[in-house]
Amino acid sequence: MDIYAQNILDHYQRPRHRGKMEKADVSFQELNRSCGDDITVFVKMKAGLIADISFEGDGCAISVAMTSILSEEMIGKSKEYVLSLGLDDLQKLLGIRISPRRSKCALISLRAIQGALNSL
Amino acid sequence: MLDYRLYFPLLNRVYEGKPLQYFDNAATTPKPQVVIDAVNEYYNLYNANVHRGPNFLSEEATNLYESSRSKVAAFIGADREEIIFTSGATFGFNLVARSWGEQNLKKGDVIALSRAEHHANLVPWLQLKEKIGIVIEYIDLNDEGTLSADSLDKIFAQPKLRLIAITLASNVLGQYYNLEPLIKRAKIKNIITVVDAAQAIAHRSLDVKILGADFVSFSGHKLFAPSGIGVLYGRKELLEKMPSFLGGGNMISEVLCQSFKPAVLPNKFEAGTPNIEGAIALGTAIDFIKKIGWQEIISREENLSKYFIQAIKKLDFVKVLGGEEGRLPVFALSLTGFHPHDAADLLGERGIIVRAGHHCAQPIHDYFKVKASLRASLSFYNTTEEIDNFIVALSEIKEIFKN
Repeated sequence: MDIYAQNILDHYQRPRHRGKMEKADVSFQELNRSCGDDITVFVKMKAGLIADISFEGDGCAISVAMTSILSEEMIGKSKEYVLSLGLDDLQKLLGIRISPRRSKCALISLRAIQGALNSL
Repeated sequence: MLDYRLYFPLLNRVYEGKPLQYFDNAATTPKPQVVIDAVNEYYNLYNANVHRGPNFLSEEATNLYESSRSKVAAFIGADREEIIFTSGATFGFNLVARSWGEQNLKKGDVIALSRAEHHANLVPWLQLKEKIGIVIEYIDLNDEGTLSADSLDKIFAQPKLRLIAITLASNVLGQYYNLEPLIKRAKIKNIITVVDAAQAIAHRSLDVKILGADFVSFSGHKLFAPSGIGVLYGRKELLEKMPSFLGGGNMISEVLCQSFKPAVLPNKFEAGTPNIEGAIALGTAIDFIKKIGWQEIISREENLSKYFIQAIKKLDFVKVLGGEEGRLPVFALSLTGFHPHDAADLLGERGIIVRAGHHCAQPIHDYFKVKASLRASLSFYNTTEEIDNFIVALSEIKEIFKN
């Protein structure tokens, strides 16, 4: 039940930075078709660092909450830093262990943000 | 009433204090003890390759393997030469697409699939499209999941229609299709029919001669047998004309340095050492089903289906995909307010095993504009009490996500 802790439910039900960003430098869609997850992120850069992130789409609680959390936590970070992140770092951010059966859910938003940064 | 769950060791499992409740039979069925014993017995007593070696072990193993083929043949009303042991339903479709398809289809030829196909009966044809440029058309469905008569008329009006590959029952909608009229119509026009019986095989009796299809493919693991064994039925005269598919041992009668001659049916399509223990255990699974009897299986499942459909109506946040009539106890549910993946995870934490996602049938989800569904798929051994537990658990999970 850990993965449905209050923090995650809060981000799932009241996601931060949800919506299309009109003046984004880049956007990127990441699909997880076998689960039915579909997340598009919008990123704005300033002086080599992430200035703003927003996202659109649907997914399970884990994927939406993780996207919401990353949209806050990644602001001010460099492209190199974000590209270096993996599942372990997400678990640290969430403060819980993510079982292998849900790792795809947690990773979709990171892959989307990394995809966006890679297409800059 | 007899508790058939006692036949399945898996269902004795307790997960974190909760008894296992298995609602994922469309993915794979649990195995009864007799089937597990059959696998063990093969290794404990025989462990020999089939059709090879003049020793008693090989002879006994071959007899068991071939008698299982005869059991399968009798089970679906085929001749034993028409029964090809495969690794599963998927292998059968690939075999037909590659062997019959590449020999008989050419660029511009039309094949038709239904919108309800599993990826196993879709991707081999898409691969053939990439390879030789066949055209793929789809038979539309009505809202309740039945085949659209208008769409079928349009498909049959295509002058270059050569093959129809279609499922006998949808693994999402649970709809069971009466394919006999479609197959009769196809036969008149010399259109080849390939039937996916993977979902239907554990729920309804099948007679391939009455059905009339040219090819039928199914897996053992959805029929209480081990995974890695399946069956392709093909009409003898077609199989005889088709080129062999995979090459190797067992499928040949003669190999020279520059040429080979394939074996006669059914070995022609069974290259390499087969899944011997799987084939033998499939025979045991068929004995198990026959002992219970179709009448018992069908009547129990019809009761479960009716009960499930009524019970789920109490939940206003759940919608069953497809109709209420003519269906197997397979229910894909679209949920409002929470995601199927979360529901399946949390049901699992309560010991209830279900599946979430598109269940290897993406086009049907796109067609019904559902991104993902939660699938509860029952079998004759499940109970109405388990359905009650499922309804309660789903309501509790909904509460977690209440704003």
